[in-house]
Amino acid sequence: MAQAMTQPVTQTYQAQIYVTLRPSVLDPAGVAVQSGLKHMGYDNVDSIRIGKYIELTVTAETEADATEQLNVICDRLLANPIIENYRFDLKLNSQIVSQIV
Amino acid sequence: MKFGVIVFPGSNCDRDMAWVTQGLLGQPTRMVWHEDSDIGDLDVIIVPGGFSYGDYLRCGAIARFSPAMQATVQHAAQGKYVLGVCNGFQILTEIGLLPGALTRNRGLHFICDRTPLRVERNDLPWTRNYDANQVITIPIAHGEGCYFADDDTLKSLEDNNQVIFRYSDVNGEINDRVNPNGSRNNIAGICNREGNVLGMMPHPERSADIAIGGIDGMGLFTGLLEIAMIN
Repeated sequence: MAQAMTQPVTQTYQAQIYVTLRPSVLDPAGVAVQSGLKHMGYDNVDSIRIGKYIELTVTAETEADATEQLNVICDRLLANPIIENYRFDLKLNSQIVSQIV
Repeated sequence: MKFGVIVFPGSNCDRDMAWVTQGLLGQPTRMVWHEDSDIGDLDVIIVPGGFSYGDYLRCGAIARFSPAMQATVQHAAQGKYVLGVCNGFQILTEIGLLPGALTRNRGLHFICDRTPLRVERNDLPWTRNYDANQVITIPIAHGEGCYFADDDTLKSLEDNNQVIFRYSDVNGEINDRVNPNGSRNNIAGICNREGNVLGMMPHPERSADIAIGGIDGMGLFTGLLEIAMIN
């Protein structure tokens, strides 16, 4: 008789990741955009910094587990810690109920 | 001396490199596909210019995870030679074989030009055929060549004489006017502490065949060969 096995409950999280240049790194694209805004008449806009926004879903057992994996993903690939900072928001997407095999 | 040139999807200077090492210098050279990690037979690994993996995300960010680059880290750890040019330099910083990072050019433009470089030291195989402080002219072609490192890293690079090439004027003067991309300390090329890994934004392979107007870059390749003959 086949034995019933319970797999761990996993959840899917939606991550919204923001990668930004460190303050000490020159952002010539930001400077160029700022000059465009000045030409539009917005002399009151300052400190433009252009970054990246990345979305992904990750499946993990707990939010802590998802956070830990995302930190590695960001540190090693999505951001270059020498020139960039990152932060992310995690949102519970759906719950996959444990399956009986 | 056996050369290997890594070929990523998007590499475009790989054949120019092979033309120099095999076509002009007659050295055995093979192209190493990025998924290949069997490079034990090679003395020198060249990471060529181009746009590996479309340079998506950041220049060199995805290439660093390729099997060929993982093998290149081992190759470097054995003291064997690694040369990264342009996109290759970006990949070597991303993978951590060289410190710092290459960011968007200060002026935002992609720059395709010839630029004078001052050779900062000539006690390495890469530069033994140049005089110290000699000015050579080498083409550059990049949009993200602005060398950045934090103050501590920069100090450590300078203290350990790891800066090999600097953007200069034709007389070897270093100042901001002759800095094409905003690189800190006018840095155009650096090596690791041991000196066996060199990364540079300018293209020595485009200045090695007299047919295309200059041979100032050839000394870098012949210097390596001479070291191989001495050993």
